[in-house]
Amino acid sequence: MTPLSNKLTFSDEQVSLLDVATTFCREKISIATVRRQIASESGFDRELWNEIAGLGWTGVMIPEDFGGSGLSLAEVVALVEPMGRHLAAVPLVSTQLFARALLAGGSEPIKRAFLPQLCSGSIGTVALFESEGDWDLGHIEASAVQEGDTVRLSGRKTLVCDAAVADFVLVSVNFSGAPALAVVKAADLPKERRERELVIDETRRCFSLRLDGIGVPLSSLITGERAQAALKAVRDAALLLAAAEAAGGIAGVLELTVEYLNTRVAFGRKIGSYQSLKHGCSEILIGLERARSHVYHAATLIAAGEDAEVALRMAKVEAGDSMVFAGDRAVQFHGGFGFTWDCDAQLYLRRALWLQNAFGDATHHRRRLADLLLTAA
Amino acid sequence: MGELDEFRREVEAWLRQNRPPEPDFLLPESFMEVGSDEQFEYLRNWQRKVYEAGYLGMAWPREYGGGGKPQVYQNIVNAEMARQKVPFVPNTIGLNWAGPLILAVGSEEAKKRYIKGILNADDIWCQGFSEPDQGSDLANCQLSARRDGNEYVLNGSKIWTSLGSYASYMILLARTNPQKPRYEGLSFFLVPMKTPGIEPRPIKKLTGEYGFTQTFFTDARIPAECLMGKEGDGWKMAMLTLTFERGVTGGQAGGLSRVSPGVDDVIALARRSRRDGRPALDDPLIRDQLVRFIIEDQGDRLTAKRGEIAALCNERPNAIGLSAKLRVTEHRRRLMQFAISLQGANAVRFVGDADAVEGGKWQRAYFNSFSSTIGGGTSQIQANIVGERVLGLPKD
Ligand SMILES: Cc1cc2nc3c(=O)[nH]c(=O)nc-3n(C[C@H](O)[C@H](O)[C@H](O)COP(=O)(O)OP(=O)(O)OC[C@H]3O[C@@H](n4cnc5c(N)ncnc54)[C@H](O)[C@@H]3O)c2cc1C
Repeated sequence: MTPLSNKLTFSDEQVSLLDVATTFCREKISIATVRRQIASESGFDRELWNEIAGLGWTGVMIPEDFGGSGLSLAEVVALVEPMGRHLAAVPLVSTQLFARALLAGGSEPIKRAFLPQLCSGSIGTVALFESEGDWDLGHIEASAVQEGDTVRLSGRKTLVCDAAVADFVLVSVNFSGAPALAVVKAADLPKERRERELVIDETRRCFSLRLDGIGVPLSSLITGERAQAALKAVRDAALLLAAAEAAGGIAGVLELTVEYLNTRVAFGRKIGSYQSLKHGCSEILIGLERARSHVYHAATLIAAGEDAEVALRMAKVEAGDSMVFAGDRAVQFHGGFGFTWDCDAQLYLRRALWLQNAFGDATHHRRRLADLLLTAA
Repeated sequence: MGELDEFRREVEAWLRQNRPPEPDFLLPESFMEVGSDEQFEYLRNWQRKVYEAGYLGMAWPREYGGGGKPQVYQNIVNAEMARQKVPFVPNTIGLNWAGPLILAVGSEEAKKRYIKGILNADDIWCQGFSEPDQGSDLANCQLSARRDGNEYVLNGSKIWTSLGSYASYMILLARTNPQKPRYEGLSFFLVPMKTPGIEPRPIKKLTGEYGFTQTFFTDARIPAECLMGKEGDGWKMAMLTLTFERGVTGGQAGGLSRVSPGVDDVIALARRSRRDGRPALDDPLIRDQLVRFIIEDQGDRLTAKRGEIAALCNERPNAIGLSAKLRVTEHRRRLMQFAISLQGANAVRFVGDADAVEGGKWQRAYFNSFSSTIGGGTSQIQANIVGERVLGLPKD
């Protein structure tokens, strides 16, 4: 095996964004607000979103030419980790995936048309998955056919996050036998085309989209190598941000659990004094420490423009599985209360299961890591 | 930066040119397993050579025999020794915990007397903490040290004393006042091992080799100036020693590398081993297991790196340090167990068998891996420490 990089740096911008985001989330995103959002139909808090956009967070990695801060995905990670900790339900990650695709594969006019709007608070999302649930983003049934200056879309996309509040949706389609990406505007995605899906993470609003009949200008279609580059960029960003959210989530659920273990009494002792619980928490901490290290290492490589595939997949595996372990133990360690909807442990476990299975679970990524790391004998 | 890079290259070349030839006997894998005179002499000579080249105690003060350089130089040497898998230097207890302790709290005279010998391996050090009736519960230590004029008289025994047969000095935790509460009755001594009445007796390890001793004390009289700190300071000193031992505090003089196999070696083993007529490395389940180990190993390497960035450790600054032993040693133990499982029917062969895979080194390495999941505080105690001191959970 060729030695793996252990590069890990943290920019001044990351330091200050992590700091600001940590405080922001602590003050603005309590479990009570998360539960309110779950109960609401839209699952969307416009006021909170406006504040986030006002802080410039939607444009952190967008070049200054387009109205952004000109930083990188690594700085976005520093925002997303604390959001994950507080179970924030905001379309920031969706918007970043949309932006990332355009940055990697969009033509100059496409970038100019959409990136500045994102910087001023417009919401984007990506529609990549289909009913079979295949994680391979290149496997696409939905299609696009050219009719003069327009392309007509058909087929169905699923698990599209934030589709009801998004201003733009980037849809992957099969165009002349190869993957392509079409930017669809909200006006073309009226209610009738959207169907709400019930997903395990109740903070999320997911939809399936019926594309049949939608037409987009040919100029909004990203094709060929650009589409490939965009898809890869989206996948990379999705892995990194999911891992960052999970790392934050582990810290959140660990705090919740430790607090309970320091309060609840059984057999005349705080339950945290029992080793089967205490050692379980130590194991959660170890998962947290390793996950964070993988995340910030992968972020370092991405920001430096180095090959980050191994690092990203490792980060996703470690953070996803560790958060599920943490959420699972959190439910168990809360006893009967843990079995209730009122106990916050379930919120983290649900989020964990979402993240673990987003863009490939551990087995999926380990299979690919084996091919990348272990040249067959 | 240029200067450090240059230094790294210099060290790399020096180690390549000066690494001692492979001996015709099995080397121990860490200082806790030195069991024969030939092993000991080989390793002691190696330490001398490394010290004479200026690569040990690089950050210790010059006046006592150190190099007087910034710690980063020693870190470079340590990393390079580990990378090239050169033999370890045997005076681990002296270099990495007794030495830093003496430098931190010892008298001027103690520094002058002991430090140089620690570095050049003239004086090997051992540690007398554990006793037959207590180990994890260190504060319950019973070995008696009774003041008699200008001397202390030692009675009792210590056990699992690594390097006990070779040591010139011992750091000793003993009870000076049995009337006082358990913590306050303890004192800490630097004890010459050649004192009449001190007798180390070798104990056979689970591998069948020797490695540590039970050390008996029968009316052994040591001068009162052997006391470290004041009478009653023993627990404080012992805890300080453990922070050096567990790598929580810096200041170690280096040479902590092991010669035991790592993930890379296990991958190579999987390539050579056969499964169903093909290399085990082609088996998807084995590949998946290997990837799990690689992810963990990489996670720990990256965590060490992240530990250098304060902004990424500020919620629980002690988390990385206090969890390191648990993470790394448990990983190792499972990895070595897995390595045995790669050998098919030959997994059952042991050291000494002509057909054992690589002389049985994997079976031995698995057994030896327990030295660090038990020695220096067991994994269960480490998990308690993480739970209580890092996470703030209540004591048992
Ligand atoms: C190779 C090797 C080298 C060593 N070298 C030295 C040396 O040089 N000097 C020295 O002083 N000592 C040395 N030791 C001793 C070592 O520090 C002790 O063995 C260790 O601290 C455990 O103590 P014990 O053996 O008394 O086990 P015990 O304390 O009796 O433990 C037995 C089992 O009970 C568990 N246990 C105990 N207390 C608790 C608790 N509160 N909660 C949960 N589980 C618990 C332990 O984890 C262990 O599994 C060495 C040990 C080994 C294996």
